[in-house]
Amino acid sequence: MIQIDCPHCGPRDENEFICGGEAHISRPANPESISDRAWADYMFFRENPRGLHKERWFHSHGCRQWFNIIRCTVTHKVKAVYPIDAEAPSLVEVDS
Amino acid sequence: MSFRISDGALIDRSKEIAFEFEGRRFTGYQGDTLASALLANGVRIVGRSFKYHRPRGLIASGLDEPNGIVQVETGPYSTPNLKSTAVELYNGMRAEAVNRWPSLKYDLLSVNSLIKRFLPAGFYYKTFMWPDWHLFEPTIRAAAGLGESPKDVDPSIYDQKFDHVDLLIVGGGIAGLKSALTAAPSGKSILIGDTEPFWGGRFVGSDSHVEDHPADEWIHATVEYLNTFKNVKLMTRTMAFGYYDHNLIGLCERLCDHLPVTQRGVHRERLWKVRAGKVILATGAHERPIVCPNNDRPGVMLAGAAQIYARRFGIAPGKRIVIATNNSSAYHVASELQARGVDVAAIVDARSDIPDADMILEHGSNCEIIAGTSVTNIKGRNSVKSVEIASIDDHCTAIRGTERWIKCDAVLTSSGWSPAVHLHSQSGGKLSFDKQLQSFVPAASPQDCISIGAASGNFDIMTSLEQAEALTRTILDNRDPAFPPDLSANKPIRPLWYVDTSELKHPERKAWVDYQNDVTKSDVELAVREGFQSVEHVKRYTTLGMATDQGKTSNINGIGIMGASLQSPPNEVGTTKFRPPYNPTSLGVFAGVRVGQNNHPGFLCPSHALAEKLGAVFDDYGPWNRAAYFAKDGEGEAEAVIREVLTTRSGVGVFDASALGKIEVKGPDAAKFIDRLYVNNMLTLSVGNCRYGVMLDENGIVFDDGVVARISEDHFLVGTTSGHASAVFDNMEHWLQCEWTDLDVVVADVTQDWAVVNVAGPKVRELIAHFETTIDFSEESFPHMRFRAGRLAGVPCRVQRVSFTGEASFEISVPWRYGADLFLKFLDRDTAYSVEPFGLEALMIMRVENGFLHVGSDTDGTTIPQDLGFSRIIEKKGRDFIGYRSTVRSDGLRDDRRQLVGLKMLDNGPAPLAGAHVVASQSPTNNVSLGWITSSVDSPTSHQPVLMGLVKTKGLSPDQILYAFDQGTYRPVMISRLGSLSAPKDRLRGLPVIDNPRRRVSQLDERTLETIISNNQISVRVLSQLNVFKIFQFRSALKKSSLQNATGILPQNVGSVKSYNQAVCGCSAPGEWTFVGSGADFDNLLDELDVTPALTLDVSHGILTFEIVGQNSNELLQRFCPFRLTDMEPEKLVRTRFEDVSCQIIKAGFQDRYLLQVRQSVAPYVERLLRNSTLNCNA
Repeated sequence: MIQIDCPHCGPRDENEFICGGEAHISRPANPESISDRAWADYMFFRENPRGLHKERWFHSHGCRQWFNIIRCTVTHKVKAVYPIDAEAPSLVEVDS
Repeated sequence: MSFRISDGALIDRSKEIAFEFEGRRFTGYQGDTLASALLANGVRIVGRSFKYHRPRGLIASGLDEPNGIVQVETGPYSTPNLKSTAVELYNGMRAEAVNRWPSLKYDLLSVNSLIKRFLPAGFYYKTFMWPDWHLFEPTIRAAAGLGESPKDVDPSIYDQKFDHVDLLIVGGGIAGLKSALTAAPSGKSILIGDTEPFWGGRFVGSDSHVEDHPADEWIHATVEYLNTFKNVKLMTRTMAFGYYDHNLIGLCERLCDHLPVTQRGVHRERLWKVRAGKVILATGAHERPIVCPNNDRPGVMLAGAAQIYARRFGIAPGKRIVIATNNSSAYHVASELQARGVDVAAIVDARSDIPDADMILEHGSNCEIIAGTSVTNIKGRNSVKSVEIASIDDHCTAIRGTERWIKCDAVLTSSGWSPAVHLHSQSGGKLSFDKQLQSFVPAASPQDCISIGAASGNFDIMTSLEQAEALTRTILDNRDPAFPPDLSANKPIRPLWYVDTSELKHPERKAWVDYQNDVTKSDVELAVREGFQSVEHVKRYTTLGMATDQGKTSNINGIGIMGASLQSPPNEVGTTKFRPPYNPTSLGVFAGVRVGQNNHPGFLCPSHALAEKLGAVFDDYGPWNRAAYFAKDGEGEAEAVIREVLTTRSGVGVFDASALGKIEVKGPDAAKFIDRLYVNNMLTLSVGNCRYGVMLDENGIVFDDGVVARISEDHFLVGTTSGHASAVFDNMEHWLQCEWTDLDVVVADVTQDWAVVNVAGPKVRELIAHFETTIDFSEESFPHMRFRAGRLAGVPCRVQRVSFTGEASFEISVPWRYGADLFLKFLDRDTAYSVEPFGLEALMIMRVENGFLHVGSDTDGTTIPQDLGFSRIIEKKGRDFIGYRSTVRSDGLRDDRRQLVGLKMLDNGPAPLAGAHVVASQSPTNNVSLGWITSSVDSPTSHQPVLMGLVKTKGLSPDQILYAFDQGTYRPVMISRLGSLSAPKDRLRGLPVIDNPRRRVSQLDERTLETIISNNQISVRVLSQLNVFKIFQFRSALKKSSLQNATGILPQNVGSVKSYNQAVCGCSAPGEWTFVGSGADFDNLLDELDVTPALTLDVSHGILTFEIVGQNSNELLQRFCPFRLTDMEPEKLVRTRFEDVSCQIIKAGFQDRYLLQVRQSVAPYVERLLRNSTLNCNA
């Protein structure tokens, strides 16, 4: 069970959270006018990196806030925590 | 014959202990293990081998023991597959060996041994393939297998606890103790645990010195000194079994299994879930046996194990001993045994050059030291009689002509030591192969942990102590330890993975690698010849390293043998993956309190206790435990349900609908937000009206449905199904926080703040007329699909005129704790018509009679709204909503999709089973399913089956006869309208009032201030009279940050609390505050708030507050809450988990006092857990 440093509540156990998958997925502005392919991209296609992964988490048993983290999928180390609407920090910088 | 030769460090020879093994009576001493007591009594055969049922003796002295596997006790305390080496002896113990039939001495299955050559690796896979493995499995499983699973329920409670420490030390040997000694003065919180009931590991009873003190003195003094530190917790009988992510370690503490059954407490084991800042692994090492022919004869033992038996228990493994080795450690064993008067006949050393330093045996000793030699055979079926040795060449092949026999009654072997890298490896740590040790040693770990002592590959006591001290300082100072550690003090060994006897005149081949699974050297070689190259595959194919010891004695030898066959060094072969648990751990300790009625929280409706008195039979529906039906006068379910339906259709039915999801949505953009969530147009919903809506997920699939009420222009109440309330609420927060951050809306889940009593039936308005109310319930001013708020029977209420039953129906919401009272009041009227409670089963029948859809029954994971007749609504709405785009992909646009339809049975039979397929013909071939029946009931109202189904209607003529394939028969059906009730619109209006009300008022059953637990360490009270308010603020207001500054009442940061005399205010989440208190202070606090919050909720009824006070309050909460409570300052608030439910903990006023707030619906569950655990916390 990993531990996640909630930006509002501090470090908490994984089972207080819900993982929302890859971060920075935006809903297309005009769903009606985009192709099936573009809609499928938004719906289903996700990165599956070996290494650093940007993902969103929801502190459902705590402050009920969404936020983003960068987690290494190999070591599970959480390298960065940042607000849901912020730009992702550079992967090179968080890795060093 | 007794093998007890002297006093041992752990036993008390003044205290004799009687026990039974295999029905025979023996005596041992206080401090013995079952294994040591058996050895002392001369019991050579302690088990039978897994496949061949060969007699086996003890090999090891700890958790690496592969042979001495026992079942202890019978009945509810019976525990199978324990290692006798780890079972502490107590008076009256009854133990049996496992895997023997009918008895240990005469095992009939040992005929397997005679057909040994027929049972090579993969024998079962190859032989029992045809016709089907499952045909053979029961017989084979009965012949193999280990102990018996106990049949009686274990009456014990298994406790669990969260803990957080700065430093966790696993292993209380010399290195672990030295590490604790180094860290203790730092003041950091330290936990040191050892699986044994004593401290000091291998050094207990040793004649060597530690830091210039006799070992036992050093151990005793160190432990005594550590006990003086408040920040150091020492735990024996506590095994770290698993290393998980982010330094979470699982430890299992055995509380009473060392005591006679009659003296055991109620708590048997405790699971410690320890989150450690740093971890030091001082887990020691396992010795490897020499793989040579017949190395499984009873009397063959690991050299280091013999040393332990001598040191701890004063036992010699035999009278005349031969020691075979390839390293220096065996010389110490020889010298110690000699010092205790044991005749060591010879040391057979595989090394040609024995270091001078090993020449430690006393001058004049008659022990023969034979270099460049190893064991090539052992004789003695039930006990060792003699051993054959021979010189070996550079490839460890015995040289013909050099054989000779030595008489002896025990053979001790050592082919080197493997550090116990299990936990290190579980942490994600890498291993490297150390040539000098011929072992895998820990390299760096991605987690904050470090190995010391033998676990790190350091077998030299002096440098081990220095290393423990230095590395402890390094890790506490947050510095990176250097890799690889300096292992140069270790003495050299010669690699000896097996002794090859093929060149001898009488070669013996049966050389065991894995004793527990009966895997021989030739099995491993066969697997390699058959093409298995990965160590993981060889493990599965041969079963090498499986079962309860997980190859602690066998893995590394197996890897060496594989390497020899593959002609690659062991480091290239690599190890199998180490997984938790390190040693088998009881399932009970993982289950903890989650057994019986505490298996899951089971939300309870407010009328639960009342319904129980009224004869309700309950069932689980999603997270809720609800009344299925009310059995009256010995009725069965079917009769009760029919009666309930008929009463509701003629008089009034009363139903507790509190489980329905209720979510408040408020804000300038609330209407826009709700419109995006639903298939239906919600912008045109006017204030005071309700509208039914269907919600999709983004994949276009029907996800939920319910009624939305517009309370005011910017304020909505969203109704969801009972099972989906929290999922819908989670979804709303997701869209608001992650996607539509421009919408200014707050949402609050009030599902469990409002009890809902649903009264339905033609006489419903007559019934309501009995009550004083501010709401006009007449048909004209309160028609169908309207929302009203006011007071009823003295309490505030919200009323929706909606109907799932098809009758005139009001859903009346009152504060949660008034629910039961209102429920009773409705039943308590003296009326000319029947008023009866009904359960969920009757409701489900009535909704099918109406043809009302139930999401999850009539829809599945492929159903889109167009399948349910929503095409026109979608077209008219003409705007995007969640999931819309997905429904217009090509699959959604097919014109032959299954549609929700009503179906009419054309035979006179009963309702078919839901799930029956609908087909067009009775032909057994080429018959294609058109869909299936989704709901099917025998209607008590219209006396016929009423069905709903998802059926492909394209190409069917309106009156075409179809067939339901119901349990093997074709039954004719026809598509019809949904529902079977006549004049449904008239029904919804109900009947005009004709009755004259008479009054009879029940008392409100309020729970008063109640103490549920009280002793000198802890007190738990229910504070039922507390007011609890929640207020929310709009994001726009938060951004201006005027709110906090303007009032000074609202604390700024999440988790901070401001205390007043009788009230507190805490910030629960960004934009959300909780007010708790009573009396004038509480009122003043709310009055002083000179801003208008976005949303204020009185949740006093939906939330129950437990006050927990006392020095053990921390301990109690830490049973269930993962949050580190010792870090919690006064004037703080946290939201976290309490076992399986959410909770809010407020620490206000003084130290050791907490307010624990949970939903009223789970309060009985929480109370049960608190009661169960308090006893234990005092221990």
